[in-house]
Amino acid sequence: MKRLTRHALFWPASTLVLLLVVCAAFNPSFLSIAWRDGHFYGNLVDILNRAAPLMVVSLGMTLVIAVRGLDISVGAVVAIAATVAALLIGGSFSASGNATAEHPLWLALGTALTVAAACGLWNGLLVVKAGMQPIVATLILMVAGRGIAQLLTGGQIITVYYPPFFTLGNGYWLGVPVALWIALALWGVLHLALARTALGLFIRAIGGNPEAARVAGIRAASITLCVYTFCSLAAGVAGLIISSNVKSADANNAGQLLELDAILAVTLGGTALTGGKFTLAGTVIGALIIQTLTSMIYSLGVPPEVNLVVKAALVFAVMLLQSPDFRGLVLRVARGKAA
Amino acid sequence: MNRRLLPLSITILLFIGMAAFGAIRYDGFLSPQVFLNLLIDNAFLCVVAVGMTFVILSGGIDLSVGAVIALTTMISAALLDAGWNPCVTIALVLVLGAAFGALQGLLIQQFQLAPFIVTLAGMFLARGCCYLISTESIPINDATYAAIAQARIPVGFDSSLTIGALIALAVVLAGMRIAHATEFGRTVYAIGGGESSARLMGLSVASTKIGVYLLSGFCAALGGVVMTFYMLSGYSLHAVGLELDAIAAVVIGGTLLSGGVGYVAGTLFGVLILGIIQTLIAFDGTLSSWWTKIVVGVLLLLFCLLQRLFEARTRKAA
Amino acid sequence: MSADAPIVLEARSITRAFPGVQALAGVDLTLRAGEVHALMGQNGAGKSTLIKVLTGVHAPDGGTIKLLGQEIAPHSPVHAQELGISAVHQESHLLPNLSVAENICAGRYPRRPWTRGGGIDWRETNRQASELLAGLGIDLDVTQLAGGLPAALQQLATVARAVATDARVLILDEPTSSLDTDEVQALFALIRRLRDQGVAILFVTHFLDQVYDICDRMTVLRNGKFVGEYACARLDARGLVSAMVGRELVHAGKSADHAVSGDAAAPAVLAARNISRRGQLKPLDIELRAGEVLGLAGLLGSGRTELARLLFALDERDSGEISMDGKAAKLEKPADALGLGIGFCPEDRKHSGIVAELSVRENIALALQARMGLRKFLPPSEQRALAEKLVAALGIKTASIETPIGQLSGGNQQKAVIARWLATQPRVLILDEPTRGIDIAAKQELMNEVLELANGGTAVLFISAEIEEVVRVSDRIMVLRDRSKAGELPRGAQEDAVFSMIAGGTPA
Repeated sequence: MKRLTRHALFWPASTLVLLLVVCAAFNPSFLSIAWRDGHFYGNLVDILNRAAPLMVVSLGMTLVIAVRGLDISVGAVVAIAATVAALLIGGSFSASGNATAEHPLWLALGTALTVAAACGLWNGLLVVKAGMQPIVATLILMVAGRGIAQLLTGGQIITVYYPPFFTLGNGYWLGVPVALWIALALWGVLHLALARTALGLFIRAIGGNPEAARVAGIRAASITLCVYTFCSLAAGVAGLIISSNVKSADANNAGQLLELDAILAVTLGGTALTGGKFTLAGTVIGALIIQTLTSMIYSLGVPPEVNLVVKAALVFAVMLLQSPDFRGLVLRVARGKAA
Repeated sequence: MNRRLLPLSITILLFIGMAAFGAIRYDGFLSPQVFLNLLIDNAFLCVVAVGMTFVILSGGIDLSVGAVIALTTMISAALLDAGWNPCVTIALVLVLGAAFGALQGLLIQQFQLAPFIVTLAGMFLARGCCYLISTESIPINDATYAAIAQARIPVGFDSSLTIGALIALAVVLAGMRIAHATEFGRTVYAIGGGESSARLMGLSVASTKIGVYLLSGFCAALGGVVMTFYMLSGYSLHAVGLELDAIAAVVIGGTLLSGGVGYVAGTLFGVLILGIIQTLIAFDGTLSSWWTKIVVGVLLLLFCLLQRLFEARTRKAA
Repeated sequence: MSADAPIVLEARSITRAFPGVQALAGVDLTLRAGEVHALMGQNGAGKSTLIKVLTGVHAPDGGTIKLLGQEIAPHSPVHAQELGISAVHQESHLLPNLSVAENICAGRYPRRPWTRGGGIDWRETNRQASELLAGLGIDLDVTQLAGGLPAALQQLATVARAVATDARVLILDEPTSSLDTDEVQALFALIRRLRDQGVAILFVTHFLDQVYDICDRMTVLRNGKFVGEYACARLDARGLVSAMVGRELVHAGKSADHAVSGDAAAPAVLAARNISRRGQLKPLDIELRAGEVLGLAGLLGSGRTELARLLFALDERDSGEISMDGKAAKLEKPADALGLGIGFCPEDRKHSGIVAELSVRENIALALQARMGLRKFLPPSEQRALAEKLVAALGIKTASIETPIGQLSGGNQQKAVIARWLATQPRVLILDEPTRGIDIAAKQELMNEVLELANGGTAVLFISAEIEEVVRVSDRIMVLRDRSKAGELPRGAQEDAVFSMIAGGTPA
């Protein structure tokens, strides 16, 4: 039992299960999954689908936090990637009803992701080469990034008229949302990279003691640079999913507050903000917790205004549970009562 | 010249440079009222940024301030709507803001939690509470508030200040004094310089850390009060993202985000620089509002690089 | 110092337990006015715990503390200070962002009268601080930032702060660990001055010569137990060490162990010509030969560590060509050094040696994996085999190879860092202060390891502040002075020769 509760995923997983049980208690059909219109259908599928962009961003964020970093520019990068893709695809309906894109889809997506990766490289260079604190380095892009995205769109919301692009955010493959496939694929690739190469060991060493990692001959700077680049790339992928889902790009609002949700998902999942200790599975669960909470509030018929308060309460609870000092206090109080 | 004042001088020089640029480029820019308006339009930001300066000096961060402002405007508007006395209302929201901040500080200090996460949760909580009160904007029709909002205090040269701007100035002066001449202020610097060393020196680290967040919460609430004077309404979407502006103002004001180094006076100029960027863009007329974000981003970049350079040189000199 | 000076502090039968450890089991300590009293013991003997009990960080489980005959129970460092017990801890530092005066007066600033607005009186603060420092014979501009001061002056100011409250008892925990000889003398001058003013000083150090230099009496602890109190004049270093270790120390002769020594004619493995870095090291040449231990001696700040860091490319060099086996080599970052087969154990184990959260196994595999690169992953099974082998070979005491390395004792952590480099089978191994902060028995084992290594053909660069150690293990000794090479001494050189070269004379 003790080993179970000590497992890194115990608390996040229990939280998620508890949330789902509450949902099911209030709404017995909550957990049911049906087959409709050639794909799976139900609240759970919906949660997974909607949580996909957050999962993608959070996976990138996990690695950044693991190397003692933080990336608060992911929301802005989402906006930039979405804007670039939407501008390049554009599209219009011809008289015959056939949609055309202004540029080939692969080119548009490729460019958007390249731009996103470049944003990450910029962040990484500021952290590694200029030696800035991560939160400051990424604050710059967080502030300026949205301005740049708005500059690109001229302050307009760019609408896309090209159905093939909508697959990313609305399509299904084998009955499962494409967005979820993307998130799972990213998770799988990351997991392999961490398990089959020395990346995991290096990241934990850098996060645990950056100076010692450098002295041990690890190319800490290059790895940190890659991690920031990857995080922004993931944000770019999320930007594509989000803009595909709403069939447009809104430079001002796309990915708004996403950086906070992502950091939250990472923390809820059990990754330490102090670096070194991280878990990808925990992050995925963390993202699911956040989305389940939102869906739960809607499905229970609670006014959506409560959402933020509940989220805050949850963060406080998880934060305190993760704090050894708090657990110590609780134990002492409990013992005091028992004695 | 004293090396310690170098970042502050650069901030002030930058402000003067931007003002000179505006004066040469645009007609009517060089009038006292244009400059006083910088303070009037950014009074709430100024108040919040002073509180944020202390948090950052101590090596922490407070992301909840924007949400606390919004919550303050909501509570004020709701209470006034219910017929409360304006003085009692103001006193109550100030106490609530301080208590909110102190609670965050207590969590950060007592359970060794990351300020970033605690105040992030605080931000969710305060915004959430706004929505619980109302999702709509609540207008303020109270006579006292209206009078304060319209009051103009002449300062000569055909120009005037608002009560809000005066409050902001008073907060800056009080902040400078707290930072420079009180035990609390000096302990904030000490914590920013090295928390464990400060503790070994026997300084009251715990209560000071809580006090810093209390002060920031109080300033946010006061900023909220100033905002109600300015906007005459309570709305849950007031001051979205204001925490970023406050942090930017503090950094541009020459305070190191790693803590321990900086001046409250610098923060005032940081706020004024943010204000003058918007004024310049408004005077230009052809530039769109998103240029503000881009310019602020560029300034942040320049200042952070400058700070790094400064730190590196100090280390070499040592 | 006469033994009948009045007793200031008297601790009797102090006990204190932590979960799983009896840190103090009946310890006595008597401090007299105007004496410097050494507190001696190996790591884990209970020195730190005793200090923490005296300064109110921990409450004792049993025993009494009397100050001037009155029983006291300090409950916090501030309380202890109010009672008259001040301490400079190992991790006590000045705040770099504040002025010297402020560092000295922080927490007890002089105030202006209310009629003049209250608040801190800065002029008075500066005056008080200057006066205090002048009274202690320290000449310093108190308005400058503490961060800009050399380490020695910072340490003096730290002590000044501790005695500013009219301390009767001053506890100094390893105050000299980051000072060079001149600086230690400056600190000792201050300590003597305070002693003559009647302060009772408790002095904790690892350096035996310093004990005999300045202390009058000493109290020795071992495994949390009180071994005895001695007058320094009555117990020589050998006696002190056996009291600390609890057995007769066997002086391992070097020459016997190290039969296969480097041949002066053997070709250099690693050679650096004209290597320098501004402000840290003036241009010099160095050669490391296979199977040879090159000792590097010199005072702190003489450029020892700086040279080592340049050879491992941790810092960028301003000039200098590096060659490996006579061929020019590219050496611009630690990863290059690793690729060339150079290993480096840094002096600051906690800060740049171990990754505390990682297991012993992972810490040992780290450098080898870094050399193999990202893609060629050493499978966990091979990591385990490697770690098991090295843990056994070096006698690292750990519960298992999966234990987080942070839980090991200092000496075992140091051995694990060495094991990390042995795993890469280095051709050159640089050991910067490998024996610092570890107890005497572990030091002995470590030096034997160094000799083993050289016997195996590795070129070793051995750096230590303790000349005696350098002389014992080295085949050749290079002496640094004022950031440049003072000269080289052949095998068999005496300590005196090294000392005089360090001091600037010609070897006798």
